[in-house]
Amino acid sequence: MIPSFPFLKRQSVENTSKVFIPSRRDFLKIGSLAGGGLLLGVSFQCTSKDQSQTFSPNVYLSITPDNTVTIIAHRSEMGQGIRTSLPMIVADEMGADWSQVKVVQAEGDESKYGNQNTDGSFSVRMFYEPMRKAGATARHLLIKAAAQEWDVDASTCTAENSTITHSESGKSLTFGELASAAQQLELPDQDTLELKDFSAYKLVGKDTPIIDLKDFVTGKAVFGADVNLPGMKVAVIQRTPVVGATITEYKADAALAIPGVQQVVKINGSGNPPGLNKALEGLAVIADHTWAAIKGREVLDITWNLGDNASYDSKSQLESMKQSTLEEGMVRREKGDFNQARQGAAQVIDRTYEAPFYAHGTIEPPAAIAQFKDGKMEVWAPTQHPQWARDSVAEACGLSADDVRVNVTLLGGGFGRKSKPDYVVEAALLAKETGIPIRVQWTREDDLHHDFFHSHSLQRIRATIDSNKNLTGWNHHTVFPAIGATSDANELHPSDGELGLGCIDFPYEVPHIRIETHESKAHTRIGWLRSVSNIQHAFATCCMMDEVAEAVGKDPVQFALDMLADDKKLDFSGEIKGDFGNYGESLEDFPWETARLKNVINKVAQESGWGKTLPAGSAMGFAVHKSFLTYVACVVELTRDSSGKIIIPVVHYAVDCGIAVNTDRVRSQFEGGAIFGTSLANSSAITLKEGKVEQNNFDGYQLVRMPQSPKKINVHIIESSRKPTGVGEPPVPPLAPALANAYYKLTGSRVYALPFEL
Amino acid sequence: MATYSLTINGKQQQVEATEDMPLLWVLRDLLDMKGTKFGCGQALCGACTVLLGDSAVRSCTLPISAVGEDSVTTIEGLSENGDHPLQKAWIEHIVPQCGYCQTGQIMNAAALLNSNPKPSEEEIEQAMAGNLCRCGTYNRIKEAILTAAK
Repeated sequence: MIPSFPFLKRQSVENTSKVFIPSRRDFLKIGSLAGGGLLLGVSFQCTSKDQSQTFSPNVYLSITPDNTVTIIAHRSEMGQGIRTSLPMIVADEMGADWSQVKVVQAEGDESKYGNQNTDGSFSVRMFYEPMRKAGATARHLLIKAAAQEWDVDASTCTAENSTITHSESGKSLTFGELASAAQQLELPDQDTLELKDFSAYKLVGKDTPIIDLKDFVTGKAVFGADVNLPGMKVAVIQRTPVVGATITEYKADAALAIPGVQQVVKINGSGNPPGLNKALEGLAVIADHTWAAIKGREVLDITWNLGDNASYDSKSQLESMKQSTLEEGMVRREKGDFNQARQGAAQVIDRTYEAPFYAHGTIEPPAAIAQFKDGKMEVWAPTQHPQWARDSVAEACGLSADDVRVNVTLLGGGFGRKSKPDYVVEAALLAKETGIPIRVQWTREDDLHHDFFHSHSLQRIRATIDSNKNLTGWNHHTVFPAIGATSDANELHPSDGELGLGCIDFPYEVPHIRIETHESKAHTRIGWLRSVSNIQHAFATCCMMDEVAEAVGKDPVQFALDMLADDKKLDFSGEIKGDFGNYGESLEDFPWETARLKNVINKVAQESGWGKTLPAGSAMGFAVHKSFLTYVACVVELTRDSSGKIIIPVVHYAVDCGIAVNTDRVRSQFEGGAIFGTSLANSSAITLKEGKVEQNNFDGYQLVRMPQSPKKINVHIIESSRKPTGVGEPPVPPLAPALANAYYKLTGSRVYALPFEL
Repeated sequence: MATYSLTINGKQQQVEATEDMPLLWVLRDLLDMKGTKFGCGQALCGACTVLLGDSAVRSCTLPISAVGEDSVTTIEGLSENGDHPLQKAWIEHIVPQCGYCQTGQIMNAAALLNSNPKPSEEEIEQAMAGNLCRCGTYNRIKEAILTAAK
């Protein structure tokens, strides 16, 4: 049994959410409502708690007499715009004046707020309907309150700009004026609640500016390290140079002699395996300010017992992974008989694809603040998963989760790194140990040395072609240290969850398919990075499809369309050996539709002018890849500039993400995803030698900069009334293969390893 | 430890610090001015960019003892009401995603416009190459600078 990895463990809440009116007691707890108003909660019924319990005041929505509508943002903001996208759904459905809406960030408490794990591109997918219902409930109550006041039929009243209007009489009252009366009414039946038609929305489906814009450009936005507590000290930690190493001895005298350094405190690490939510072994220098802590750390004298991973070399592991793919592996999907295809083949194309470890490189390095007072721990952290941070802090500090409060700041980038709460645990451990409020500050070197890396990988694909130029067999071997191995050393194969990300769900109609995995061990912390194993799987699959297209004499776009064959819903039934995750959703709710994939292929071909004659020194490459339930096709154009250097003048994306809630943020995620993908394709790699990461800062670990980035990124959004799906991760996977395929067209050289230089 | 007198956003400030403390930590930890961000500590990412006189400097590697007489401008002092042409253009183009690197980007762009009020696209790319954005907002940054330079 290969367990799925943590970020896919979740429950769908769409059909079980319920709006409720909090108790009178809860109402009074909200200080701002002392003067009356309307307060609504939303229960998502997705926690393990007994449904009969009285609800805590999970206020999602309140209206005060001054006509301010306050909406809770319960998901973490890391650049995807979720603090805007979810509240604007509520506001639009209500008919609220967006300029009078205030958004307040929720603390981490899933028993109150439902799933807060901001990961896996599922915030909008999961909460679109519940947010609409919350807004519609409020609108219904306000209209009813107005209709009663005027003694008219509710159906003759409308809600717009935070005002209820009775058109016949011209009477109107603001939401604020009606809020207290609305609070007294009975809730409408949730099942028959009338929701607005999509065409009636004024914010949803449009370009809506993000709410934090002004704070971002004036420096007022509060990120993790910006929180300041009275008496707070700063901790900089010397962590284990090799995962699993322990401190045998240390001398802190020199560090303590640095002006401003107050204490040196040891943190006992989790050992091996390191775990996804635990602190690494280390020595913390606690000082009055960051600089003294950094200087103090430089002069620590530590003797390490380096342990088993001290002989680890990532390059030699890739070599042995490559060897393993020459043998038979564990079969994870089987259709037909690949050996039969091979025997009857006129041509076999046999290629291996290599991708390195990647670090997240959020420009905000991890930081967290903790204060331990009267037996209770309060933390402030840029975390994607506040409830996990809360539980992990409680576990590490021997506290009950009820005694831990997690305040969520803005995140200076997340990309999966800040799902893992190890840095929050460090701050809490130090605050508990010292009794002082502590900010743990990671430096860039810390971030690159001690990340939860995207795993390096080796893939071998064999494609068989018969004498009629048909692709008859597809044999994909994939091997990479699994995320699960970070917590369980016995996990030697990629999990079903990891294979469900662009490998096992190979959608093309090939008669003989075999997908196999091989063993490999983790010697460092492995985590998930924006789009996870879709990165390597899309790279190998889309590059091989391009190569096969050429071998059968077809245009790659036409070849992909042909291989998808008739419109159908894929379920891979009987072929996949384990669990086909479908990103945690049922195939009934979110079917795998080849027609939608073909549609984005056609769209991107049309918009990019695929097939047109390009000037000499220019070429286009194509890739198509569905991930996180969103259909994406990508065309990258390359050209040689006057100096002979290859640049990326334009990237085209066609995307079908169902309803696009905030079209501007959909586009911005794709613009950013293209640049993120360009870094993965051209610039970034982490390597380990003697168990240690070899890159120290942004000189060794390169990210693309403005001159190397695609000059234009055109995002073509398919108009759709289908359920919304995520856009944070789906832009990333097809970029590297589209770029590699363009590179081949331009230079004649196929790309088999990332990163490759242009 | 020594006492340094700095002019920051037009205001005289006295701080006590060791001579090697980078201006970044003076701003953030001693003066509680959090708009200037820490990204790499090695002048490789530009998140900590401030103006020294009219020029952009990476405050993470500028020791306080090297600041001298020139005035320091941080994002908090770029404009009174957040209405510098660059800030307005940033809002118009909805540039930020996570927002973290943006104050450094804006300060670097301000220095560019100080020295070159009408930069070409290529000049913008070269001038902004030292500022990393992991979210990938480069193209909107470019557009916003072009708008502000109009």
